[in-house]
Amino acid sequence: MGGGHIYRIIEKERLSDEIVKIEVEAPLVASKAVSGQFVMIRLREGGERIPLTISGCDPERGTITIIFQEVGKTTLDLGRLKPGDSILNLAGPLGRPPELKRFGTVVCVGGGVGIAPVLFRARVLKELGNRIISIIGARSRDMLILKEEMEEVSDRLYVTTDDGSLGQKGFVTDPLRDVLSDEQVDLVVAIGPIGMMKAVSGVAAEFGVKTAVSLNPIMLDGTGMCGSCRVIVGGEVRFACVDGPEFDGGLVDFDALLLRNRRYLEEEEISLKRARGCESHEKAGSSKAYQELR
Amino acid sequence: MRKQDPARRIRNFDEVALGFDEDEAVSEAERCLQCPRPWCVRGCPVGVDIPGFIRAIRERRFEDGIRIIWEKNALPAVCGRVCPHEAQCEGLCALSRGCSRYLTEEGKARIDRFLSRSNLIHRRRRPVSIGALERFLADYAAANGIRPLRGESKKEGRVALVGSGPASLAAAGELSRMGYSVTVFEALHAPGGVLRYGIPGFRLPKEVVDREIKQLEEMGVCFRCDVVIGRTLTVEELLEDFDAVFIGSGAGTPGWMGIEGESLNGIYSANEFLTRVNLMEAHRFPETDTPISVGRRVATVGGGNVAMDAARTALRLGAEESIILYRRREEEMPARKEEIENAKEEGVRFELLVAPIRYIGDENGWVREVECIRMEPGEVDASGRARPVPVEGSEFRMEVDTVIVAIGQRPNPLIPMTTPGLELGRIGNIITDEDGRTSKEGVFAGGDIASGAATVILAMGAGIRAARAIGRYIEDRRKQRSDGKYVSKDTYTG
Repeated sequence: MGGGHIYRIIEKERLSDEIVKIEVEAPLVASKAVSGQFVMIRLREGGERIPLTISGCDPERGTITIIFQEVGKTTLDLGRLKPGDSILNLAGPLGRPPELKRFGTVVCVGGGVGIAPVLFRARVLKELGNRIISIIGARSRDMLILKEEMEEVSDRLYVTTDDGSLGQKGFVTDPLRDVLSDEQVDLVVAIGPIGMMKAVSGVAAEFGVKTAVSLNPIMLDGTGMCGSCRVIVGGEVRFACVDGPEFDGGLVDFDALLLRNRRYLEEEEISLKRARGCESHEKAGSSKAYQELR
Repeated sequence: MRKQDPARRIRNFDEVALGFDEDEAVSEAERCLQCPRPWCVRGCPVGVDIPGFIRAIRERRFEDGIRIIWEKNALPAVCGRVCPHEAQCEGLCALSRGCSRYLTEEGKARIDRFLSRSNLIHRRRRPVSIGALERFLADYAAANGIRPLRGESKKEGRVALVGSGPASLAAAGELSRMGYSVTVFEALHAPGGVLRYGIPGFRLPKEVVDREIKQLEEMGVCFRCDVVIGRTLTVEELLEDFDAVFIGSGAGTPGWMGIEGESLNGIYSANEFLTRVNLMEAHRFPETDTPISVGRRVATVGGGNVAMDAARTALRLGAEESIILYRRREEEMPARKEEIENAKEEGVRFELLVAPIRYIGDENGWVREVECIRMEPGEVDASGRARPVPVEGSEFRMEVDTVIVAIGQRPNPLIPMTTPGLELGRIGNIITDEDGRTSKEGVFAGGDIASGAATVILAMGAGIRAARAIGRYIEDRRKQRSDGKYVSKDTYTG
C-alpha cells in the first residue's frame, strides 16, 4: 500500500571492519539534502526505523551516500545488503538545515564514523570559502576512515588515535587545544561519539568559540511526532528531529543524552544476537562500538 | 454490544467491542423513533442521514444503508468505532433526552412535547446505538464485497493532500467523489496517520484502517508514503504540480508539563508509547525489531482517549498495575465514556484530582517514583469545567517504573516552519477560515494542524468542508482562466 519507490543500493564499500559506505537511489532526497541532515530508513516489514546521517549526495545521479557503523541489528543487516538490493523505506532529508556560509576559519572535528558527515561538511564549507582545519580521531589505525579525503579538503589535518597506531597518540581535544591557542577560529564543527562532542564543546568554550554538534538520540518517527528524540538544550526540551539534529554544543546536556541513549541496551543485545545468528553467538555484543555504548 | 471478556482481552490486542449481528442490528434499529426533525443529524459533524440509514437497517436493506452513510462519510468503519457518539448524534437522540448533558433546556422541552404527542414518552431511556449501527453497516459491506461507487465524472484538477490521517482521508473521499485526481503524501511508511500509529488495535483493528484506505485507492486516490512534505517536497513545490494543496499533517511534538525529571528513561510521551506498539508492533519484539520497555507499575498522566489507550495498552504489555493520574474529576474527563468503562473493567486504577509535580530517578537515569499533589475543584474556567487547584501540603510519592505522558500535542511544526506566507496561531497551528482556507492562495488546512488536538470526526468534518471549498476554488479559477482576463470579486462570488 502506498509508497512503492525502490531505494536501491547501487554501490557499496567497506571502509573498515565495522564501517560501511553505501550509495542509495533516492532522487527526491538527493535533490534536497544538505550537509547536516539525515534520513529515516526501515529495511523490511517488521523492521525498526532508524536515523542515518547523510554523508553526501549527487542530485544528478539521484543518489545519497550513507556511511554507517554496524552497531545494532538494523545496521548489521544493512551492512549485509549488496549492490542491487534495496531498502524498503527511506524518508528525508530530515532535520533543520544548518547555517552554511563563509565563517572564516572552521575547525572540523570528526570521531569514528562521525568523520563521514564531517567530511561532507568540510567540503561544503571549503566551497563557501572557509579555511578548513580538520582533526580526526579513532581508536586505532584500522578504524580510522576517510583520511585521504579529509587531507584533500583540509588546509591542515591532524590525526589522533587512542593507541598511537596512527598520528598523534591521544584524543582529538589535544590538537584542538593547540589550534585554538594559536589561531583565530570562528567555528568548530564536531561530530562523533557523545563523549567526544562534549569534550570538544568544552574546550572550544574555554576559548570562546562556538561548537556545532550533531546529536544522535534514539528516534522513532523522525518527523516531529513522538518525542523519543528529546534532548535538553539550554535547559529546555528540544526535539532533535525537527529542532536539530545540530545544536550549539555549549548548551547541550550531553550526560542526559548519554543516559537516554542507553534506554534499550538489553533489547538491543537480544536483537543483535538474533542478527548475528547462532553460529557466532559468542560474538554477540562484542562490537567495539557497542561495548563503548555500554 | 457484546464485548470480549476483560480478563481475556487484557492478554491480547484483538478488538474489545464485538459488534452487532444482523438481528441485533435490526432490533436496535427498531428502537429509533424516526423523528421528523432529527436531532441526531445536527449532532453529526459530517451530517450523515442517520434516520435514513437506520430505516434501511430496519427493513434489512443493508446495502442501501451503507450507501446512505457513504454519501457523507468515507470512513464509517472507523467512525463507528472511535467517534465520541455520546457527545454527538447519540447525545442529541430524542431517546436520550433524560440523560444527555448535550441538549439545551429548550431542546429537552421540544423533545418532551414530541414524545408525549406521539405517546412515546415511556421509551425515553437510552439513545439508539447509532455508532454501533454505523459500524455494523460498514462491516457488513466489507464482508459482502459492497464497494462505494466511483466518481461518475472525471473533473480536471489535481489536489495534493498532506498527511494521511482522518482529515486527509475524509477530504480524499470527498474530492475523488467529486471527480478530482487526488494524491495523498504520507511521511511515515504506512498511511492512516493517527488511525495507524495512535489508536490501538483493540479499539480500531489495523485491518479496518487498511480496508478503508484500500477502498479509497479503488476510488482512484493515490497514496505516496515516505514523502515528508516540508522536507522532501515543499508546499510551494506541490503548488507547481497541483491546483490546490490540503494540509492535514496533524498533531506533532508532544506536550510536556515542564516538571523536574521529565526526560528520565521510562517516561514516554503517549505518542511514542503508542507508536512503538501500533505502528512498529513492539509488542511482538524480538520478532519485530522495535523495542518497548514497560515496567510493573505504569502511571499514565491525562484523562483523554489517548490516556485511556495508553493505560490499557500498558496492561496488554504485561504491566501489573496501570494507573491513570488525572487532575480533575471523572465527569470532567474528555475521554469517551465507553473507553473509561472499558479501562475500569480491565483493572486500570483511577487516581483522580491528582497531578504529578516531579519525577525521581535512580543513578542510571530511570524513573523510580513520581511525586504528586492532590487537587481540589476550584472556580469554573474557560472550558466550563472546575479549574483544579493544588491542595497545599498534600504531596505524596508513588513508586512507578514507567510513566506515559498524555497531555496533548502541539501541531506538527514541519510545514509551518517551511512554508512562507502561512498565517499561524499562538501554538503554531495554521489559521484557516470555516472552509479551511489558509492565508496562502490555493492552500487549505484542517484537522489537528489547524484546530489543535481534537477528535477523529472533527478532523474528518474539517477535511470534508475543505474538500468542498477546494472544489469551488478550482472551478472558480477555471472560470477565470477561460474568461481569459481578471475577474473581479463580485462577478465570481456565488
